[in-house]
Amino acid sequence: MKTFKVLGTGCRNCLTTAQLIESRAGKLGVAVRIEKITDMAAILGHGVMSTPGVVLDGQVVHVGSVPAVAQVEQWLRQ
Amino acid sequence: MLEIFTTLADTMIFSWLGLAPESALGRALHFFVEDTTKIFFLLVSIIFIMGLFRTLLSPERVRGYIGGKSLGAGYLLAVILGAITPFCSCSSVPLFIGFLEGGIPVGVTMAFLITSPLVNEVAVVILGSIMGWKMATVYVVTGMSVGILGGVLIDRFRLERWVEEYVWTIRMGAVARGDVDMSLPGRIRYAWGEVRSIVGRIWLYVIGGIGVGSALHGYVPQEIFVQYASADNPFAVPAAVLMGLPLYSNATGIIPVAEALLAKGVPVGTVIAFMMSVVGISVPEFIMLRKVLKPQMLIFFGIFMAIAFTIVGYLLNVIFV
Repeated sequence: MKTFKVLGTGCRNCLTTAQLIESRAGKLGVAVRIEKITDMAAILGHGVMSTPGVVLDGQVVHVGSVPAVAQVEQWLRQ
Repeated sequence: MLEIFTTLADTMIFSWLGLAPESALGRALHFFVEDTTKIFFLLVSIIFIMGLFRTLLSPERVRGYIGGKSLGAGYLLAVILGAITPFCSCSSVPLFIGFLEGGIPVGVTMAFLITSPLVNEVAVVILGSIMGWKMATVYVVTGMSVGILGGVLIDRFRLERWVEEYVWTIRMGAVARGDVDMSLPGRIRYAWGEVRSIVGRIWLYVIGGIGVGSALHGYVPQEIFVQYASADNPFAVPAAVLMGLPLYSNATGIIPVAEALLAKGVPVGTVIAFMMSVVGISVPEFIMLRKVLKPQMLIFFGIFMAIAFTIVGYLLNVIFV
């Protein structure tokens, strides 16, 4: 089970990012848990200033944009 | 090189559709075709090129550049970086907190946030290629001056008391940048993603702006503007600013409207004051910033901008007669 956190204040890009991870995980048959983090202190606590940010198993793997599909699949296959 | 778009519009509207260049419909459609093709071509090219250099301009990097500078250098850097750093307005809150947490003064941070929507590299290049580089330079210099002035005032009046208290308690973790693919294919992929995301966000504003510009260009008689918006009318500038306040458009979207107004003989200062008022203050931005700023600060912010844009308008109307 992989745990993803999507960091963001609820803008469209953040929602798109969460949906992208969810749909790819479904396609590849990988079990994931996706948390949307909107609390500002928690976002900055991860060292992220540009949203959306993606945290995979506690590690920030992406910031500042909707990640590429290939990138998401790579995280899921890790 | 950009004449190709004029030629294209000439061919489409005057040859294929057979409309007369003097007719209202001909003029409006010509304006629409020329501006749509030209602006979207420039928009895509510039965002793509800037996207290739993204790592240099991320907000995290910018924080590093500005942090620890003297106040004067900090202001100058803040407005220059504000102008060329692309970031989604939904990032303005974490960015604001991140800057303060990094020890950057509130005034410098606000200078960055004021300049960012007002001046951006895409709009400046489009402004330059449509209305000339003199107009673009005037716009950039005045936009940055308004940003610096706003920041300095906030600093002088010690308005950091109007920042929400919780902001000061947030501690930021080590700056994370994620896994960045720095290879050329990676950069190209990212740049293309930026094009899609930014154009996807603003295209409607741009088309809307071109539509309004076309209608003004083709159908509104010049006499109306001469009568109401000339430099002789002392109320024209504040009226333009007040009209712009509730309107919101992206900086690129307002350019075709400004282009049409200038062509109708509206003075440069009045046009720039209107543009800045439309672009610089927006309800979504205020709602976002309310999370970190107290209402008093937002009121100050709004009034300051309205006054600053009015002064800019009068000043430029006197300078460029």
